[in-house]
Amino acid sequence: MKLPIYFDYSATTPVDPRVAEKMMECLTLEGNFGNPASRSHLFGWKAEEAVETARKQVADLVSADPREIVWTSGATESDNLAIKGIAHFYHKKGKHIITSKIEHKAVLDTCRQLEREGFEVTYLDPDSEGLISVERVAEALRDDTILVSLMHVNNEIGTITDIDAIGELTRSKGVFFHVDAAQSVGKMPIDLSKTKVDLMSFSAHKIYGPKGIGALYVRRKPRVRLEAQMHGGGHERGMRSGTLPTHQIVGMGEAFRVAQEDMQKDADKALALRDRMWNALSDMEEVHINGSIDQRLPANLNVSFAFVEGESLLMSLKDLAVSSGSACTSASLEPSYVLRALGLSDELAHSSIRFSFGRFTTEEEIDHAVGQIRQAVDKLRELSPLWDMYKDGVDLSKVEWVHH
Amino acid sequence: MAYSEEVIDHYENPRNVGKMDDNDANVGTGMVGAPACGDVMRLQIKVSDEGVIEDAKFKTYGCGSAIASSSLITEWVKGMSLDEAANLKNTEIAEELALPPVKIHCSVLAEDAIKAAIDDYKKKQ
Repeated sequence: MKLPIYFDYSATTPVDPRVAEKMMECLTLEGNFGNPASRSHLFGWKAEEAVETARKQVADLVSADPREIVWTSGATESDNLAIKGIAHFYHKKGKHIITSKIEHKAVLDTCRQLEREGFEVTYLDPDSEGLISVERVAEALRDDTILVSLMHVNNEIGTITDIDAIGELTRSKGVFFHVDAAQSVGKMPIDLSKTKVDLMSFSAHKIYGPKGIGALYVRRKPRVRLEAQMHGGGHERGMRSGTLPTHQIVGMGEAFRVAQEDMQKDADKALALRDRMWNALSDMEEVHINGSIDQRLPANLNVSFAFVEGESLLMSLKDLAVSSGSACTSASLEPSYVLRALGLSDELAHSSIRFSFGRFTTEEEIDHAVGQIRQAVDKLRELSPLWDMYKDGVDLSKVEWVHH
Repeated sequence: MAYSEEVIDHYENPRNVGKMDDNDANVGTGMVGAPACGDVMRLQIKVSDEGVIEDAKFKTYGCGSAIASSSLITEWVKGMSLDEAANLKNTEIAEELALPPVKIHCSVLAEDAIKAAIDDYKKKQ
């Protein structure tokens, strides 16, 4: 077993060797290095062919038409293009957008920018399980709503949004529906021939493809139009200019092809690993799973270890690469805004750790992690005045703290 | 974030972890911080009849730097008079532990904790 152990697949994944192999064929003089936009020679034609094969592989994974796939630099750019592209194209129809408080910053910050431009944005609260219901979306819809943007699977807690139901609603109201599927695509089935989503963001590096490449699905029927955010040579039918990076695109295509092939195997494995870890931790006192356990991608386990601060826990978990909802791991001093939106106390948000598993995680690694976690939590609780108070029966929510 | 060797040493081998009897007239207790902020420190001192800090104990909920700051200050105050301990500055702790700017508040908390413990002791007299 190699240390440290990687438990941060929701942040990024290693490139699958099958993917790396394909990418390497598209770089050097001997390889497929041409500019896919070069129409006058074989180098260009070959590169274009590789790009179109990849476009079909991406489209196939979600039952879309290849012409509905636009290459971007990643899910952040896809989110920007979808949300700003719709807002800028359809602003005369209305200036209201609906999203939620647990979205990725790529969506939230884009919405903030549109607010500065005069759009109005409603940020929906999730329930305590981290779910956004179709009813909440329905209540927030207005006559001037042009777009609903929600993530398919949350990056911190792995909860799944019911995009089928929300898509039915938005379609019936003539409102566009954008879904950030960076965390879900390739890990669970998506069928855009049935699900009424108009725009969907994808990333390659969350599913064993390379970083720096993503795509935006833009529905053709009924047609969705966008104002380009990147201007230039008119690539990607004018929606996103810039020379196409053949090796990146080929990598994303292969990653999506492999994902389709291995989806069931990967999902079964993730579930078994998740259950193995949780079963070995759940008998500890005061540990809580954050987010719905049923409506959740199995590759994510987000746990709060009460009375232990997340960053100090990470310091003890030297052999484990994980992330924490604690403020201290980020530049700001606020704990995770996602966990706060679920209604978690600051204290429990500070005590949370996200484990995410993947294709290369082993049972041995899980068992090693569990041993370290139990030891570290015990040690830090011995050090914790809050644990003492809890053990003495003090209700921490009733204590008057001296804030600093 | 990379931690200094001093922080790691105190975090891995914290000095003077524990709890003293609150009701003892010679014991002063300071509890500062809030769970919402991610740090709570409880620092206790035992003061001799001559006004010298004989013993100090702490428990801390917080990041590694907060644990290290409280561990360090318990070491320092042992053997000090109350006035000496009250004059300890957070900058000395920050310097000793080589705390980065985002962790300076941990040293401030330790200074607040020792001052609160001294106040508590004085009130009991």
